[in-house]
Amino acid sequence: MTTIGTPIRRREDYRFLTGQGTYTDDINRPGQLYAYILRSPHANARINRLDTGAAAKAPGVVAVFTGKDMAADEIGGLPCGWLINSKDGSPMKEPPHPVLAVERVRHVGDPVAVVIADSLGQARDAAENIVVDYVVEPAVVDPAAALKPGAPQVWPEAPGNVCYDWHLGDAAAVDAAMGKAARIVKLDLTNNRLVPNAMEPRAAIGEFDRATGEHTLYTTSQNPHVIRLLMGAFVLHLPESRLRVVAPDVGGGFGSKIYHYAEEAIVTWAAGKLKRPVKWTADRSESFMSDAHGRDHVTHVELGLDKDAKFTALKVSTIANMGAYLSTFATCIPTYLYGTLLAGTYTTPAIYVETKAVFTHTVPVDAYRGAGRPEATYLLERIVDLAADELGMDPAELRRRNFIPANAFPYQTPVALQYDSGDYQTTLELATKAAGYEGFEARRQEAARRGKLRGIGLATYIEACGIAPSAVVGSLGARAGLFEAAAVRMHPTGSVTVLTGSHSHGQGHETTFAQLVSDRLGIPIEQIQIVHGDTAKIPYGMGTYGSRSLAVGGSAIVKAMDKIVAKGKKIAAHLLEASEADIEFKDGTFSVAGTDRAKTLAEVALTAYVPHNFPHDELEPGLDETAFYDPKNFTFPSGAHIAEVEIDPDTGRLEIVNFTASDDFGRIINPMIVAGQVHGGLAQGIGQAVLEGCVFDKETGQLLTGSYNDYAMPRADDLPEFHLSTHVTLCTHNPLGVKGCGEAGAIGAPAAIANAVVDALKPLGIRHVEMPLTPERLWRTIQQHQPRAAAE
Amino acid sequence: MQKTVSLTVNGKPATATVEGRTLLVQLLREHLGLTGTHVGCDTSQCGACVVHVNGEAIKSCTLLAVQAEGANVLTIEGVANGDELHPMQEAFRNNHALQCGFCTPGMVMSALDLVKNNPKPTEREIREYLEGNLCRCTGYHNIVLAIAEGAAVMRGETPAPAHGVAAE
Repeated sequence: MTTIGTPIRRREDYRFLTGQGTYTDDINRPGQLYAYILRSPHANARINRLDTGAAAKAPGVVAVFTGKDMAADEIGGLPCGWLINSKDGSPMKEPPHPVLAVERVRHVGDPVAVVIADSLGQARDAAENIVVDYVVEPAVVDPAAALKPGAPQVWPEAPGNVCYDWHLGDAAAVDAAMGKAARIVKLDLTNNRLVPNAMEPRAAIGEFDRATGEHTLYTTSQNPHVIRLLMGAFVLHLPESRLRVVAPDVGGGFGSKIYHYAEEAIVTWAAGKLKRPVKWTADRSESFMSDAHGRDHVTHVELGLDKDAKFTALKVSTIANMGAYLSTFATCIPTYLYGTLLAGTYTTPAIYVETKAVFTHTVPVDAYRGAGRPEATYLLERIVDLAADELGMDPAELRRRNFIPANAFPYQTPVALQYDSGDYQTTLELATKAAGYEGFEARRQEAARRGKLRGIGLATYIEACGIAPSAVVGSLGARAGLFEAAAVRMHPTGSVTVLTGSHSHGQGHETTFAQLVSDRLGIPIEQIQIVHGDTAKIPYGMGTYGSRSLAVGGSAIVKAMDKIVAKGKKIAAHLLEASEADIEFKDGTFSVAGTDRAKTLAEVALTAYVPHNFPHDELEPGLDETAFYDPKNFTFPSGAHIAEVEIDPDTGRLEIVNFTASDDFGRIINPMIVAGQVHGGLAQGIGQAVLEGCVFDKETGQLLTGSYNDYAMPRADDLPEFHLSTHVTLCTHNPLGVKGCGEAGAIGAPAAIANAVVDALKPLGIRHVEMPLTPERLWRTIQQHQPRAAAE
Repeated sequence: MQKTVSLTVNGKPATATVEGRTLLVQLLREHLGLTGTHVGCDTSQCGACVVHVNGEAIKSCTLLAVQAEGANVLTIEGVANGDELHPMQEAFRNNHALQCGFCTPGMVMSALDLVKNNPKPTEREIREYLEGNLCRCTGYHNIVLAIAEGAAVMRGETPAPAHGVAAE
């Protein structure tokens, strides 16, 4: 019996609930040493002198290494995985990214030296004795300020701090359409910088086996094979055959654990040099200054509308902060994961976007849950709301008027993507009904009687997930393929091991993938083992990000299962003395069509491994198939989110009274897990909207939000109960019809909340407030507008 | 300076020789191998390290190991009855109240403390009590439901199954 669409409880929960999970920091290897990394306290400084002599002599210290030691071993820099070309065709500026800084530090937290000792305490104590003579120079942290003449320069090879100046779309068509527009709505807005903050801090253990010459890295990664490839090929110059990367239980990622980080290379290299395991675990302060951050855009947007309120043109100009170095996928986020999404759910015929990526003296920025798509959605849904306001039109009606109709798919947008399916009217209708959208004005008035400002805001979104067709991304500059691999290994007595290149760090693959396999192969879930996260076990893998696990990784499993069934049919035909063409496979049984003659999959598997009576002329023994799946297109989840908020004008305190999300994720395997993914995404989206913001001091470049005392993480009493619904249109190009659900909440929520807040403040004449919408910011904004409101 | 600490952990006597600066959480994780208690921050904000000391929930990063001399400590490893989950653990599972699992031990330990002091907490009370436990995965929605369900079972009630969860 199938469990597809059933909320079965998670198989991984037992170990996590009983404290038996195995996260990287839970692993200890015999003879293990501990690494402590000394980091720059300055945002921009020249290293005049670096003296590690005293530290090296401190108690328990085994070694102290600097960038010069790594250079002497010809260790390479951390690579960037995506080449972006500027408007003029020139390649992006790609400065070096040394594992340990040499001669100069470029952000607070830049690693300078590593102390390796018998205990972490000894390593930390010894690091106090390292003498670094820094010559501190002016820093620039704000992306717009970095472009100004006279701004401190981060890299000599990137004049004006410009990494690239990219564009997409038809500028001439946009200008022509703007020229004819009945109305042009304009807005400047900022997308606030966020710190991903997976609850498990990053950790890494390097180990070297003298007997085999094999290096092993245990690491908190979303994609161990990618780390093996990048670290082996570009940094340590080790053949993949002698490099094993294990990503065991990983405590959340949200993008931040995709990238190849310095510490992974440090412990692997040091373990090889010292012939002892070396462990490093970030403390949270280190996470804040060394995990790649997210967002940080400054944007100007213009939307042209005709007299019927149809969108005719969209023009977007963005400055995107890269930080001091290019993180693994940093460059593709504000370009191909952003500009391509600017059609949103609308029929806007002409779109032009330009993105200047800039270097600053800050922590590198890369993908964080949603990655480019929240930024696109935020600007689009804010400008649409502003247009509705200027037109005096219901924001829902303006959206309906401009939606791509459900019968228009496949739909080619003017910004490269072809959407395969969707039904935006229906998700909006579901959301507006569930949110009581029509009856809102009465609630606004009721709140006003209590002295509160109440607002409602909606956002629709589209995302491009299931990243991605390798040939397409390759033509756009990706230096990797983006397929996924799987192996389905039938065992002689009928159980099955599934090896997947996707990685689970909270998503529940051990359950969802088992449901998928149980459904297709007719094997009970208890007989199915899902294995992930170890390059020594898994054939290959590109990992988990961009809501791709089920759409791409799941499809690879389906392909491997198809091969199992195809071979099983041949074996069954032989056993049943029938023609292969007459064999049917259903519910775990091969049968001869129209008869009661049958063999179970377990019997066929046993025959494959005990091949006494076996078609040896035609087949090899065994029932173990590997498949690679390269997607044909992105998938396009979509939906509508509605927030209702109440603001106390005396304090600026905001309460989220209600939050409704209606999403289209394609086919759903486990609705309980899908709802959990939406909840988590919404919490991060709401966090961006009302709480979170990473702040660097504009003068010194100091990280001012470097701990949970300073960076406002969403807590249980900051968040509302969520009201969810789904509507299904199937993905047309993958075998499961699935689209992905991991990022939706983080994409839709910020715009919905911001629109609700502006709606609440509209009576005061306020047309925009920047995120995060903290009580202080709201109170100040209200204060600034009070006199005008009173005068009116 | 090394010091020997003797305490009871999950009902069993334990002894470890630690540095003066060793925290209780380090004693549990590094000396006793009880890695279910996690460290998620360095400012006593996240609550991943919550354990019970002499029956009271505390963040084990806020106590020096030597301060736990003679104490009775309960960690996540000691909550289940053999292989059988505690009703609160079961409620977390029923309600999909965990994703990556990293904050989960601290959440469960805090939830047990809440229910001990307030056997029938309201949604608001649960949310307020969880101020000191951060979760980045779940948006807390299902954790709140789980604690309400766990509390109900601990009161001897039989709550309706969450999510229409099917027996597997």
